[in-house]
Amino acid sequence: MQLTINGQSHQVEIEPDTPLLWVLRDTLGLTGTKYGCGLAQCGACTVLIDGQATRACVTPIESVAGTEIVTIEAITGDAEGRRVVEAWVDHQVPQCGYCQSGQVMAATALLKQTPQPTEEDIAAAMINLCRCGTYNAIASAVRQAAKV
Amino acid sequence: MNDMSPIKASQNSDRETGLLNLSRRRFLGVSAGALVLGVALPSGAGRALAQAAAPAIEAGTRVNAYIEIRPDSSVLFRSAFIEGGQGIFTAMAQIVGEELDVDPARFVVEAAPPGPDYLLIGGFRFTGGSMSVRMSYEKMRKLGASARLMVLQAAAARMNVPVSELTTEPGRVLHAASGRALSYGELAQQAAALAVPADAPLRAKSDFRWIGKPLARLDVRDKSTGKAQYAIDLRVDGMLHAAVQHARHLGAEPQAITNEAQVLAMPGVHSVHRLPGAVGVVADSWWRARRAAESLQVTWTAAAQGTKGAMPEDYSTERHRDGLKAMTGDGLEAEVSGDATKALAGAKTVIEATYDAPHLAHAQLEPPSALARWNEDGTLELWAPNQAPEMFQAAAAKVAGIDPSKVIIHSPLLGGFFGRHFLYASANPFPQAILLSKAVGKPIKLVWSREEEFLRDALRPMAVARFRAGLDEKGMPVALSAVAVGEGATGRWFGRQPDKVDSSAVEGIVEKLYAIPNRRVGHIHVDDPAVIGFWRSVGHSMNDFFYETFFDEMADAGKQDPYELRHRLLSESPRQQTLLEAVADLSGGWRRGPYQADDGTRRARGVAMASPFGSEVATIAEVSLRGEEAVVHQVWVAVDPGSIVNPAIVEAQINSAVAIGLSIALMEEVVYEEGVPRARNYDGYPILPPDRMPKVHVRIIESGAPMGGIGEPGVPGVPPAVVNALAVLTGKRVRSLPLSRASLTGSI
Ligand code: FES
Ligand code: FES
Repeated sequence: MQLTINGQSHQVEIEPDTPLLWVLRDTLGLTGTKYGCGLAQCGACTVLIDGQATRACVTPIESVAGTEIVTIEAITGDAEGRRVVEAWVDHQVPQCGYCQSGQVMAATALLKQTPQPTEEDIAAAMINLCRCGTYNAIASAVRQAAKV
Repeated sequence: MNDMSPIKASQNSDRETGLLNLSRRRFLGVSAGALVLGVALPSGAGRALAQAAAPAIEAGTRVNAYIEIRPDSSVLFRSAFIEGGQGIFTAMAQIVGEELDVDPARFVVEAAPPGPDYLLIGGFRFTGGSMSVRMSYEKMRKLGASARLMVLQAAAARMNVPVSELTTEPGRVLHAASGRALSYGELAQQAAALAVPADAPLRAKSDFRWIGKPLARLDVRDKSTGKAQYAIDLRVDGMLHAAVQHARHLGAEPQAITNEAQVLAMPGVHSVHRLPGAVGVVADSWWRARRAAESLQVTWTAAAQGTKGAMPEDYSTERHRDGLKAMTGDGLEAEVSGDATKALAGAKTVIEATYDAPHLAHAQLEPPSALARWNEDGTLELWAPNQAPEMFQAAAAKVAGIDPSKVIIHSPLLGGFFGRHFLYASANPFPQAILLSKAVGKPIKLVWSREEEFLRDALRPMAVARFRAGLDEKGMPVALSAVAVGEGATGRWFGRQPDKVDSSAVEGIVEKLYAIPNRRVGHIHVDDPAVIGFWRSVGHSMNDFFYETFFDEMADAGKQDPYELRHRLLSESPRQQTLLEAVADLSGGWRRGPYQADDGTRRARGVAMASPFGSEVATIAEVSLRGEEAVVHQVWVAVDPGSIVNPAIVEAQINSAVAIGLSIALMEEVVYEEGVPRARNYDGYPILPPDRMPKVHVRIIESGAPMGGIGEPGVPGVPPAVVNALAVLTGKRVRSLPLSRASLTGSI
């Protein structure tokens, strides 16, 4: 199967119902995308599929052939992504950091779709779990990234 | 390997005496100077440590074990403590950089390997108990200062001038008289060859540029761009992946696998292995291994009668809670002052209440994993999330059947820990990874699925506390009797003495500072059938809820305002009284409510005090009800850790502690039915989601008292502050957590 990830095309020979997360992590070595729950509960595995925040742990690869997949590894190649990362650094968001790839991807997707998000937009888009409780810093960082 | 017995005490260890008093980790009633961890370590670890410690290496003094100055004058620093989000790597860079005169931003910090140089916690090493900075601060300053002096001495030799003519600026040595300068990088090799000076001068506190400042964390950019690597992300050449299916009931062993041939034929599957208490599958990717492991049809032999630590097949948390509540008697004495029995008998009013708190999961976001590789030279290399490298090294050696010196432990960044990554027999994946790697002759990375993690996590113990208080005719408390019931994590893992109270079971109920003249705190030990462990703020995570919520019951019974009553009873404790005033001030002045907020909601506030891990904390929470659900709008925390290294990190840790404290108040509990946890993922074990996070306001007070901890102390005050506020709104007392189990209606 042919997958386009971070602008590069990859030929992957694996069961078509394999979740994208494991193709990224184990087959392609892109471990920036994290496994937290495997059940669409936590959002640690969030990637962009055609610009939409998507949970890779429940996304079979057969469903994403022909799409543009973007992972955290390519985040600074993206204008919104760069802004989000700078805001994350300015607000010193991460603690353990494990959820943050997914948080950054979710924020990037939000800004792509809604460049001027309201508080409600932010709350609706930023739903990934963070056991370290960085939620307030995340919200501040998203607000900053949206302001530019 | 499936040894579920507690870590055995080595009673005759010479480490047992004369070590430091680990404050909250000690057993009450142990004679002065005795150390719980001394009675504590597995004999293997004891040996490893003893060997390691042989030729009088004083931990934290050998510069070269910690500091490597690189040619570009940046510093590679090996930290005795593991980074798991608490910011310890940055704090170490600040402390050492300050004295070494290198900008902390020029530090690269990694976890140190096992070794005698890093045993900074009273001859041992672990990252926990909120101890890292406070236990190492002076040593790390001295270490940095010694390193700077070595660089100066090297420069003096190179320039042929006396050291006294030299000064430093960050990363450079200057000779003002001749205008010459040398970078640290140029001097590094020569400096490293020098003896460590005994008397390097320390910087005056007033000259600090980095200690005490809100410096940026060193790991933030990597963690914001997916570059930070955790154990679960690691890969070595030739590695295979593994997943396991555990026995539903701990203690059961695999008997027959009825579909082994089919599973072996699944794509990518390499092999199937019987392990103690589990079956493992090795495959070429984790997803394939996991699918195969889940497909295995295994019959399990029940644990033999009397197997230590085995999970009873009929165990239910509900019944265990009822059992704890049914315990009568006063228990072993943990603290006594005056005569509580007499004072209760003579009191005008007596109130009593029984509280309980459930088992909790750590629910750190990174599932546990371990990567094991046997090297050709007979060494075993292990990458595993851990808070105690030497203890893991000793345990791994035992599993592998080799000498601890042959085990190379790597301690990657932790994707959250909160107490999860101590050595808990049956709760760590590394023994399985070692056995699998040995069996297949290749490196193995084993990852526990979230479901296996919820099955085998070491839980925060369940506990109950019974209180009685006596009030005089003015409504002032004259007597308090508390009996805590349950088991402490310290006793479980470091050896419980039946005639002593395990402090981790009563901390938060003992050593309260309120001037109540007659007090007795007792403890009744009841074995917890679950595998229990340390959970962020340990006993304080429940006991402060019990005590501080009952305190409000006392205040209400005596018709006193709970803030005013606390303030009055702390009149002999100026540090805590000041802190209480500070949190009131931070919140715009104490107001209990109920009152109407601008958005029309009816709100109330609750207050709580806690003294955990050497720090003092005062917390106020503002709460309203939305239907039957508690909404926490704001939390104010005043914290006095004595003195601090990085206020930004302190503030982040308090935010984090409020989140987890609120999470356990609102929604967390592990429920077992028929010996199995009901929840195996976050859908059944919800943790605080973003839309329930309150605004958090922090005020740091540096009273100058001995340095206290930071990672845990923010947790304990949150549940009681929230529940106290709720009582104002509902007129009812919730005495059992989480609140999601209580019926909340705004009845007043
Ligand atoms: S790992 Fe995909 S949502 Fe948790
Ligand atoms: S930063 Fe640790 S889980 Fe979010």
